[in-house]
Amino acid sequence: MLSIKDLKVIVAEKEILSGINLDVKAGEVHAIMGPNGSGKSTLATAIAGRDVMDITHGSIKYMGENLLEMDPEERAKKGIFLCFQYPVEIPGVSMVNFMKTAVNEHRLFNGLEPLSAGDFLKYMREKKELVEFDSQLTNRSVNEGFSGGEKKKNEIFQMALLEPKLAILDETDSGLDIDALKIVANGVNTLKNKDNATIVITHYQRLLDYIIPDFVHVLYDGRIVKSSGRELALELEEKGYDWIKEEAGRQEK
Amino acid sequence: MSMSQEYVELFKAKEQLLEKASPSFMMNIREEAIHQFGKTGLPDHKSELYKYTSLQKLFEPKYNMQLQPSNVEFRVEDIFNCDVPNLQTRLEIILNGFYKVNGTALTRLDNGIIIGSFAEALRKYPELVKEHYAKHAGFEKDSLVALNTAFAIDGLFIYVPKGQVLEEPVQVVHLPMTGYDTMLHYRNLFIMEENASAEVIVCDHTLSPFRFLTNSVTEIYIGSGAQFHYSRIQNEHLNSNLLTNLFIHQEADSTVRSNTISLHGGLIRNNTNVLLNARGCNNETYGLFLSDKNQHIDNYVNIDHAKPECTSTQLFKGILNDQSTGAFNGRILVRQDAQKTLAYQTNNNILMSDEAKMNSKPQLEIYADDVRCSHGATTGQLDENALFYMQSRGIPRQEARLLMLYAFAHEVIEKIQVTPLKDRINHLVDKRLRNELSRCNNCSMACGDLPIPD
Ligand SMILES: Nc1ncnc2c1ncn2[C@@H]1O[C@H](COP(=O)(O)OP(=O)(O)OP(=O)(O)O)[C@@H](O)[C@H]1O
Ligand SMILES: [Mg+2]
Repeated sequence: MLSIKDLKVIVAEKEILSGINLDVKAGEVHAIMGPNGSGKSTLATAIAGRDVMDITHGSIKYMGENLLEMDPEERAKKGIFLCFQYPVEIPGVSMVNFMKTAVNEHRLFNGLEPLSAGDFLKYMREKKELVEFDSQLTNRSVNEGFSGGEKKKNEIFQMALLEPKLAILDETDSGLDIDALKIVANGVNTLKNKDNATIVITHYQRLLDYIIPDFVHVLYDGRIVKSSGRELALELEEKGYDWIKEEAGRQEK
Repeated sequence: MSMSQEYVELFKAKEQLLEKASPSFMMNIREEAIHQFGKTGLPDHKSELYKYTSLQKLFEPKYNMQLQPSNVEFRVEDIFNCDVPNLQTRLEIILNGFYKVNGTALTRLDNGIIIGSFAEALRKYPELVKEHYAKHAGFEKDSLVALNTAFAIDGLFIYVPKGQVLEEPVQVVHLPMTGYDTMLHYRNLFIMEENASAEVIVCDHTLSPFRFLTNSVTEIYIGSGAQFHYSRIQNEHLNSNLLTNLFIHQEADSTVRSNTISLHGGLIRNNTNVLLNARGCNNETYGLFLSDKNQHIDNYVNIDHAKPECTSTQLFKGILNDQSTGAFNGRILVRQDAQKTLAYQTNNNILMSDEAKMNSKPQLEIYADDVRCSHGATTGQLDENALFYMQSRGIPRQEARLLMLYAFAHEVIEKIQVTPLKDRINHLVDKRLRNELSRCNNCSMACGDLPIPD
């Protein structure tokens, strides 16, 4: 589904990603872990199509197509969804209007009639229940004044509405209380099927107890320095990153 | 000959015409005004007040001074842009600066309310007019007012006696429509006596493609406890220039809300002067403009807190595209006497292109100590993070921009309390943002399709 080859990315004149290789197939769950500043969010936003970065080398293929040639909105409509680490507040733009526009753009793209206001509200209600999203929040401006946890839940709610093929969760678990974590994981698991894939970026093993990964990768200093099964997450939780850094250092030499 | 001298000469040449146009007491005022204008001339670039708007350049081209009513016919459906669906209004038309008589020039309703031609009011109710005319809009220090006072003959007159309510909103459509480049002066006078209440909607519009310069003065007297709502929609073509001079005089416990939406035009300068002349007044002055191409829109607001316990709120927003330029200058004067004043001012602008320019200047002069005043101004671009966030949900960038601009504009539009009017303005702003208000080149009206009057 997603195939990243030797991806190098420069942000603000600094190389942040220095040759990433990653293959994600339908039905798989990949976890990406790694110390702060190692480039995880940069990788996620490169997939989503943020244009503030310079992609100097490599390729990203998505369902056989060159992703790098597409606008962010096109990527979204083709099924890529990024749960932002820091969701953006958009004062004055109502949640309902925002998501109705987004859902109808997706429908248009898929050759479906746009939903009427009434049908959309019904659809929204269903999805709210599915991911246990507080119904009051949809009456407000996008993320405006939402608490940290509410913003994260809002990301999952939007994901439920858009039913992506490839979801990238960038630290969706941080800032969530234990109940919310279960709700979010539950939401992700409910939406998961054999045709879609998930990339989970996290610092904590805990989320991976609920969303079971098939692969765990460690991103360090712009490179994936280790890939393994889910047991790697436990090992990292126990030992931290020093041994990984040392190993990576040894490989350099 | 200097430019101001040309107008003095023109005045002399037209003296007889002007004498005949209004009752004799008006001629003294006109003469004083033109004398004043000749002395001070137009403000130039050195003037603080006109730093960003060059009047000299605006007055440079030759215009025909319109001093007589014109007899052109137009179809009402041609001013459909001013129509507000689902709102029953009393429609009044000021054509080329003159009240367009439809039946009677001046109507006196059962409850004593008088509406109609200002020129006719001068003849029929001279005492009433004299009490207010040129009392609120002083021309000693304001050459645009001086020029208007010298030349303006007609306009709209509204009088609402004590305790009366104007049930139907009055909708005034100002239409320049000639077959040549024209300068227009018209004069409105609205008198709201104690506890009176009225709603006036003004639509500035053009129906022919010539160069226009309108220099209007509107004087509004608001008696104690009176309520007055004033909405203005400015939608003209690129060669049509508007100088509006609004003077509001408020007495105790009165409320005025004004809302100016500048959708399109060449050069627009709106001067709003408010005098809070007694305790407990509330004044809200709102404005929104959308500019593109080489338009220039300048809003000047001057709130004079002369007495204690008054509240004033200013909110002005601008969206500037292409090479358009804008300015906002908001002055709040709190006099020594005006304790317990609350005065707020906000000005936010969005630049949609690198070439657009906005100048924003708050001006607070506070001579009382027990007051609460705040002001804030921002000018910036749309938040890229927000745009990307929306794009990442499948919303095309252009649509995302519209959603954000619309949200930005909405804060001003939602202050309009007449729902059908608010809906109409929402619709017009939406169309304007989508660039759908432009019909023929550079023009927001369909005047290219109309016969040119002679
Ligand atoms: N716009 C930018 N300008 C300058 N530096 C940037 C920019 N964006 C990212 N960086 C830098 O790139 C590096 C990688 O950032 P990134 O956000 O991808 O890290 P991360 O792995 O997601 O970290 P965390 O675990 O803290 O979320 C950091 O050093 C960061 O400061
Ligand atoms: Mg990150």
